[in-house]
Amino acid sequence: MIEKALKGSRNYWLWIGLLLLCIAAGFSAFSRQMWEGLTVTGMGRDVSWGVYIAQFTFLVGVAASAVMVVIPYYLHNQKAFGKTVIIGEFMAVAATIMCMLFILADMGRPDRVLNVLLYPSPHAMVFWDVMVLNGYLVINIVSAWAVLGAERKGVPPPAWVKPVIYLSIPWAFSIHTVTAFLYAGLPGRHLWLTAVLAPRFLASAFAAGTSLLILVTLILKKTAGYDAGNEARQKLAVLAAYAGAANFFMIGTEFFTAFYSNVPAHMHGLQYLFFGLEGKSALVPWMWISVIAGIGSLVVLLNPKLRQKTGWLMAACGGMVLSIWIDKGVGLILGGFVPSPLEEIVEYSATFTEMTVTLGIWAVGILVLTMLLKVAVTVKKEQEA
Amino acid sequence: MNEDRRSFMKKAGIGLLAGIGSAAGLFPALSLEKTVFPAWDEKPEPGKYRWGMLIDTRKCSGNCKECVAACHFTHNVPDFGNRKDEVKWIWKSSYENVFPTASNQFQSPEVTERPYVALCNHCAEPPCTKACPTEATFRRWDGIVSMDYHRCIGCRFCMAACPYGSRSFNWRDPREGIKLASTDYPTRMQGVVEKCNFCSERLVKGLDPACVKACPEQALVFGDLNDQDSEIRRILESVETMQRKPELGTKPSVFYII
Repeated sequence: MIEKALKGSRNYWLWIGLLLLCIAAGFSAFSRQMWEGLTVTGMGRDVSWGVYIAQFTFLVGVAASAVMVVIPYYLHNQKAFGKTVIIGEFMAVAATIMCMLFILADMGRPDRVLNVLLYPSPHAMVFWDVMVLNGYLVINIVSAWAVLGAERKGVPPPAWVKPVIYLSIPWAFSIHTVTAFLYAGLPGRHLWLTAVLAPRFLASAFAAGTSLLILVTLILKKTAGYDAGNEARQKLAVLAAYAGAANFFMIGTEFFTAFYSNVPAHMHGLQYLFFGLEGKSALVPWMWISVIAGIGSLVVLLNPKLRQKTGWLMAACGGMVLSIWIDKGVGLILGGFVPSPLEEIVEYSATFTEMTVTLGIWAVGILVLTMLLKVAVTVKKEQEA
Repeated sequence: MNEDRRSFMKKAGIGLLAGIGSAAGLFPALSLEKTVFPAWDEKPEPGKYRWGMLIDTRKCSGNCKECVAACHFTHNVPDFGNRKDEVKWIWKSSYENVFPTASNQFQSPEVTERPYVALCNHCAEPPCTKACPTEATFRRWDGIVSMDYHRCIGCRFCMAACPYGSRSFNWRDPREGIKLASTDYPTRMQGVVEKCNFCSERLVKGLDPACVKACPEQALVFGDLNDQDSEIRRILESVETMQRKPELGTKPSVFYII
């Protein structure tokens, strides 16, 4: 089936070419990082994780959000999602691949990555994260490919696919829960040391991932002439809205607990992110853009009249993705390191090299998604014809 | 003919090697690499020893940096002159940084302005070893939290997990930052985490840690916390001491007299 990704219009190849160019730039930046060390990034002794780990966290959420189409379609037999489910699954595949690449990019010795498997350490959350992420990748690519292949041949999918798809549902929850546990179990990082981190991760993932999925269906409608259907989009928009509402509610509870209890260590992270601490306030504008974009999008998505209009829907979905991307992809990780365990405030900003590597990895993910969706759309169109 | 000669030489070679090998076994003096027999006398017993340190901050003065200099020279700790790439095993800091959760209202200025030495606490319940996905950092049988630089993948989870900021990452090739190299301890490579090892390489030779030896005021006391008769236990039981962030339950093995 993969050969279908090799036949396309001029625009398709231009798009692929652009992505390859970004990948090449990312690769050259990465090789510089390999030679000179992670000193070429903005990370340092005090803020020891940066944009790579933050992107990883955001993308695990995007991957997990595939359940927002899998559950209604396979568990509740909602036929409206028939044309969206494959897009969700392939998005999960691309996002999981990006997650793994971001982890590799962040490692000081990526050549030793197999040590995680050679010396399995169940006490380390990373070990579990590697297990569940790889498992999730296999589950999604295998089940989506099998269903699509059966559709192409005009036969029902093989019987073993159903249980694998059902397995993908708890598995999706597991990947983001384990990802939250990477942070939520560390003593002395008070912004992360909260039981609500895993539920909040899931809520924000379902808001941002679903919004991104809506945007992808709109892009496919415009570029490939493949319409997943307005009914599916509207239902997804409602799901995104409620997930977003749950996320903002939980952010609110974090504020209450920190500021009502008045425990300095609990307040510091939030103070630094939203108001600035001891004159250091690099992330304050980002965090308020995140709040305003998020709440604004929520209002639009909850309003049936507004979300019916494609322009408003696109703006709201874009706003939601931006909001959660800032929340997880900028604020959450950096906020965990400021102030440092010795209560010193050292700020981080990504370097050009770091951003180029990041761009390259995003391009890899988008390339994978483009090619997978090209296959899916071609097969679906052939069946319709 | 040629084949026969080759196989003869092969066999003769193997025989010769086997001969040297067995001779080395029978006569220890003949072996190239000597096995230190006393090392086998006592099988390491997990939990029997727990090395610890007591820092009498009253004896510590502002300008002295002997402990830091001795440690960083002994262990080839690089110095790049910038905070971002900084690697440190032991360093001097302030009261509010070393004890951020301790009381600092109405403290005597003499206490809050004194320097405080910070290093790895070699916790009895270390969060860093728990977070390590490859056992590259682990708690030894004698309580020392150790590093295997050859197994470390550089994920920096231990750095995120350590509530004391005691771990450093080699953001760049450390050899470029070593001005005066010590030949007694290996340098590290780019991309791995390192930290204080309580001078395990000196302890095995029966020596005190380099910082303890270097301190001109004898402000650092090193010993076995599990030995009731040790000097460190005697002092701990006779004066008031503090640990860093005891509320986190990490059970640090480094104690401070304020």
